[in-house]
Amino acid sequence: MSLPDPSFLLIQSLNGLTYAMFLFLIASGLSLIFGVLGILNFAHGSLYMLGAYFTHQFVSLFVDAPGQFWWAAILASLTVAVIGVIIERFFLCHLYTREQLYQLLFTYALVLILSDFAKIIWGTGQFSVSRPAILNGAVPILDQYFPKYNIIIILLGPCIAFTFWFIILRTRWGRKIRAAALDREMLDSLGVNVSRLFTVVFFIGAWMAGLGGALVSPVSAIVPGMDVEIIVNAFIVVVIGGLGSFWGTFLGSLIVGQVYALGILAFPRLSLAFIYVLMALVLILRPWGLLGRRLQR
Amino acid sequence: MSKENWLLIPFVLLILLIPVSGSRFYVFLGTDILIFGLFAVSLNLLLGYTGLVSFGHATYFGIGAYTCALLMKKASIPFPLAFAGAGILGGIAALIIGFFCVRLTKVYFAMLTLAFSQIVWAIAFKWNSLTGGDTGFIGVPFPQYLDSKIRFYYFTFAVVAVSLFILRKVVNSPFGRILTTIRENPERTEFIGINVKLFQLTAFILSGIFAAIPGALFGIFNNNVFPDILFWPASAEVLIMTILGGIYSFFGPVVGAAVLLFLRMQVTSYTQYWPVILGMILALLLFFFPGGIVGFLQTRLTLLRGNR
Repeated sequence: MSLPDPSFLLIQSLNGLTYAMFLFLIASGLSLIFGVLGILNFAHGSLYMLGAYFTHQFVSLFVDAPGQFWWAAILASLTVAVIGVIIERFFLCHLYTREQLYQLLFTYALVLILSDFAKIIWGTGQFSVSRPAILNGAVPILDQYFPKYNIIIILLGPCIAFTFWFIILRTRWGRKIRAAALDREMLDSLGVNVSRLFTVVFFIGAWMAGLGGALVSPVSAIVPGMDVEIIVNAFIVVVIGGLGSFWGTFLGSLIVGQVYALGILAFPRLSLAFIYVLMALVLILRPWGLLGRRLQR
Repeated sequence: MSKENWLLIPFVLLILLIPVSGSRFYVFLGTDILIFGLFAVSLNLLLGYTGLVSFGHATYFGIGAYTCALLMKKASIPFPLAFAGAGILGGIAALIIGFFCVRLTKVYFAMLTLAFSQIVWAIAFKWNSLTGGDTGFIGVPFPQYLDSKIRFYYFTFAVVAVSLFILRKVVNSPFGRILTTIRENPERTEFIGINVKLFQLTAFILSGIFAAIPGALFGIFNNNVFPDILFWPASAEVLIMTILGGIYSFFGPVVGAAVLLFLRMQVTSYTQYWPVILGMILALLLFFFPGGIVGFLQTRLTLLRGNR
C-alpha cells in the first residue's frame, strides 16, 4: 500500500473538521436538551433539515439583495427555533411526566411527520444554495486548495462553542439552566419559572439545529433523508462525548469527523461499522462518555 | 380453560379460514401479520415484561432471515436444519450483545442495543460476497413441500402458534413473574436475592431466538433479504407495533402488528405519504391511548362492567 500524499491527508482532515463543526452545532443542542429536559430528541435532525430547506427558500426569495445568504441563514434558523418552541409548548411539555420511551417515540413521530412535510412542500429533488460571494474561491494549502467557506465554518465552530460555554457558566440564565439539569423540582420551589426555562432551552437547541442546517446548505445538497443521516451521527457524538456534557460533545464531534474523513481512506469498507464499534466500546467501557460526569445508573 | 383462551377461539378460526376465502391478498397479508405479530411479541418480552427498551430488535429478525437464507442457498442445508440454525444463531447473537447491554439501564441500554444493531447492519451492508450487500440477497429458495402461498401460510401459522404457546408459558411461569418484578423495581428484586442481570440476559436471549424465527420465515416468504430489515427504522417500526397493540397484554403486540400492517397496506395504495400517517397515529397513541389498543379496550370493558 502506498502512502497517501500528506497534503491530501491534511485537506481530508480539514474536511473532517468542517463536518465536525456541523455535527457539533447539532449535537450540542441535542446534548443541551437532554441534559436539561431529559429528552433524547430524535427530531433534532429534522430541525436541521428544515433549517437547510428554509435557507434555500429565503435565498431564492431575496435574490440580488446584498448579503442574501446571511439574512436567509438568520431568518431560517429563527423560523426553526420558533417551530421548536411550538413543538415544546404544545406537545412535548405534556409528556414530561411520562416514561422516557414515550417521549422518545413522540420525537420519532415528529421525524416521520416533518420529513414527509418537507417532501410535500419541496418535493424529493435536491437543492443547493450558492456560497456567499465574498467566500467564493479557495485558499492554497501546501499544494492543494481548500474552500474559503469551509475555513469560516471551522473558525465559526469554536466561536459558537465559546459563546455557549460563556452563557452556561457565566450568566444568570446559564446558572438556572445548570440548576434545572440537576434538580428541576428544587429549582421550581425556589421560585424559578422552570417551564419557561425549558422553553428557552428548547428554543436555543432548535436554533442551533436550524443554524447548522442553514450553514451546511452551501456545502452539501439539501435532500430528503439528511435529517436521519445527521441525527444518527449526532447520537454517536453525544454518546462518545458524554450525554449532557458540553466539552464532551465538542470532543465527540472532532472524533467522529476525523473517523469519517480519514477512516474512509484507511478502511473504505469498514469505516461504516467502525464508528458504531467506537460508540459501542464507549458505552461498554465508559457509559457516561469520555468527558461526561459519572452518575449513578 | 381460562376466559382469555375462549376469546382466542374465534380469532384462531378466522386465521384458519382466511385461505378458504380464496383471496390471495388476505393470505399474503395474513402471513405478514403472523410473522410480524410473533416478532412484536418477542420484543414485548423485553419491553412489556422485563422493562427493557431495546432499540435494535430488528438485528435478530435480520440475523434469522440471513442465516436461514444463506444456509439453504450457499450451504444447501435442508430447510428444517437451516430454520433451526436461524433460531440458534439469533439466540447466540442475543447472548453476545445482551451480555454487554444488560449492564446498562434506560437510555444507555437503548443506545447500546442501537449501536450493536447498526454494527450488524453495516456488516450485512458491506459484506457483498456473503450477503449481496445493498442489492440484497435475492432468490431465497422455497422449500419444496411449502411451495404454495397457502401451504406456507399454514406453516407460518403453525410455527407462530407454537412459538406464542411457548412464550405464553414462559411469561406465566415463575420465571416470567420474576421478569415482571424486575420491570417494576430492579433494585428491590436484587435485594430479595435474585440475579437481575442473569434474568434480563435470559429474557434477552429468548427474545432474540423468537425474533430470529419470524425473521427466517420472512426471508423465505419474500424470496429475498435486504439489509434494510436490519436498519434502525425497522427496529423503530416493531417498537411502534408493540406499543400500538399494548405492552401490558400478551396478545397486544399481535393486534398492533395486524392493525399497522393492514393500515399500511390500505394507505400506501392511496398515497406515498405513509410515514406522515404513521407519525400521526403514533403521536395520537402516545397522547391519548398510552396503553395501546388492547389496553384501551380493557379499561373500557372494566368501566362497562363496573357500571352494570
